[in-house]
Amino acid sequence: MADFATKAFGPAGGPAPAGTRGAVGVTSTGDRLFAGAAKGSGILVIALVAAVAAFLIKTAAPSLIHDHSSFLYSRDWDLTIGDLHFGIAGMIWTTVLVSTFAMALAVPVAVGIALFLTFWVPRRFASPLAAMIDLLAAVPSVVYGIWGIYILAPKLNGFSADIQKWFGWFPLFGAAGVSRGTVFVAGVVLAIMILPIITAISREVFAQVPKTQVEAALGLGATRWEMIRLAVLPFGRSGVVSGAMLGLGRALGETIAITLILSTPPVGSAFHPSLFAGGETFASKIANNAQEFDSPAKTGAFIAAGLILFMLTFIVNAAARAVVNRKTVK
Amino acid sequence: MSQDLAAAPPGRAANDKARSAELFTPAAASRKIADQAATVAVTAAFVVALIPLVWVLWTVVTRGAKAVFAAGWWTHSENGITYRQFGGGAYHAIIGSVLQVLVCSMIAVPVALMTAIYLVEYGKGSSRLANAVAFMVDVLTGIPSIVAALFIYALVITTLGFQRQGFAVSLALVLLMIPVVVRTTEEMLKLVPNDLREASLALGVPQWKTIVRIVIPTALPGIITGIMLGIARVIGETAPLLILVGYSKAINTNLFHGFQGSLPTMIVNEATNFTLPASADRVWGAALTLILIVLALSVGARLVARLTSVKK
Repeated sequence: MADFATKAFGPAGGPAPAGTRGAVGVTSTGDRLFAGAAKGSGILVIALVAAVAAFLIKTAAPSLIHDHSSFLYSRDWDLTIGDLHFGIAGMIWTTVLVSTFAMALAVPVAVGIALFLTFWVPRRFASPLAAMIDLLAAVPSVVYGIWGIYILAPKLNGFSADIQKWFGWFPLFGAAGVSRGTVFVAGVVLAIMILPIITAISREVFAQVPKTQVEAALGLGATRWEMIRLAVLPFGRSGVVSGAMLGLGRALGETIAITLILSTPPVGSAFHPSLFAGGETFASKIANNAQEFDSPAKTGAFIAAGLILFMLTFIVNAAARAVVNRKTVK
Repeated sequence: MSQDLAAAPPGRAANDKARSAELFTPAAASRKIADQAATVAVTAAFVVALIPLVWVLWTVVTRGAKAVFAAGWWTHSENGITYRQFGGGAYHAIIGSVLQVLVCSMIAVPVALMTAIYLVEYGKGSSRLANAVAFMVDVLTGIPSIVAALFIYALVITTLGFQRQGFAVSLALVLLMIPVVVRTTEEMLKLVPNDLREASLALGVPQWKTIVRIVIPTALPGIITGIMLGIARVIGETAPLLILVGYSKAINTNLFHGFQGSLPTMIVNEATNFTLPASADRVWGAALTLILIVLALSVGARLVARLTSVKK
């Protein structure tokens, strides 16, 4: 009806008498086209994500059907055509180990930085200092990769050797004959790379702690640290958790830094659960073998691994968003 | 606080004032110490985080300067230069990176802008479609670059049967750029005061003209910032390049045919011979070039935002 009214009052955008203001309704040809384009773009985004899932599944399915190993529990990776044997157990282990280790390093530091910038630094300096931390995110990951393997790794050698000497009895710290491209080095670099996102989100939630709670705590005579323990940390916990999850999502999918750093164990070598072993994550396995995508069967196997990575990051990110959204509703 | 109460039980405190003061002091001191310790810890966290930043930048600048300032770095390709040979430029890689990202932006920016406009201007309230779009933008934000690359591989190369080419890279980067631009544009559009929209609509301006003539110009600095950040995000991506296009040392300006060099793959390619000084020079040179481009974009984005922001 509104449509009819506008048309009746002439094409040159004459004053529409009613129904336009604040209305979501569409009132002229221009409006209809523009709103259509906007809506269409939104639908295109939905279609893109659906297409990602659909094409990954479609390409991976034939290889998965012909896989003679247990896809989830096996460490085989033999893509002989007609006799496929591939499983992702090794990749799951390395991906989870390196990401967990990176989180263990990054989360405490990120929370510390966020507290420092919110409650210790004068307001004037807080945002330039935060911008410096953000610069960590501006360095491309390929640069972290070469820096990690050629500059950082040699410096960590002595430290790694000490840990292996003292705690080597524990499988996680056992020696595995790899000196530079270890999960340990990759985890340190990953921690640096996910630090900015965890810091940014923690800072955001800490800044939202109600002033009244902070002032009440201080008014009762709490020191700054007690105020943080009593008022800030309980309030910010879920925000920090979601920030950490977003960081984890990024860590799981990081490709090139890991590919450059982690040393790839030869095919068929023994399994080392250690932080000081090499290995391959989902992403690095795929990137390392990009040249091997020469037959649909082989490609399908790698894409099956990519599909699992997609699902992993999807679950982690969705969980993080759920926590964020619950927080903002409050 | 609870410590103090415990440290000074009322009965004893009443009996002996001096003694209660004595008891009170150490407790207060321990609280102070905890506070001091926290101060030291959070400051240390900040310093610890700056170490890798300074270290990485220092390494790349000091080692990359030689190559970057050498004659021909910005004007010549690496064509015909062996790993052992000094010299050669990054022109082929810069051209490749710029072309791929430019084409990616030409596709991603309009889609992202219109999506953000849909979310802010049309999808108000909580229409189910708008919620679904917002959710999918979230999913795209979290998508690993290698998964985006595999999708394009499955679509363009496995299904449609094309060769590996620069354009495929652009398509994969589109997936990674859209969420960045949508997010920032959305925030910027939300900041536009509703009075402006209402005034325009009340004058009888159609909604689409209100958006194009009033809302977008008001939010433009923020939108430009978002686009620059999006470009900075994708120009350093390496995984799609490894999977979707081969590396070439020669200049190739054709996105639809043949291998094409780019800065990230130039780093990876030369890094395979890192022990050779000439190759190492080019690795750090390409890294410095990439960082300079990304930094220029991020600092530029910040400046645009700072200089043109609406006063609060």
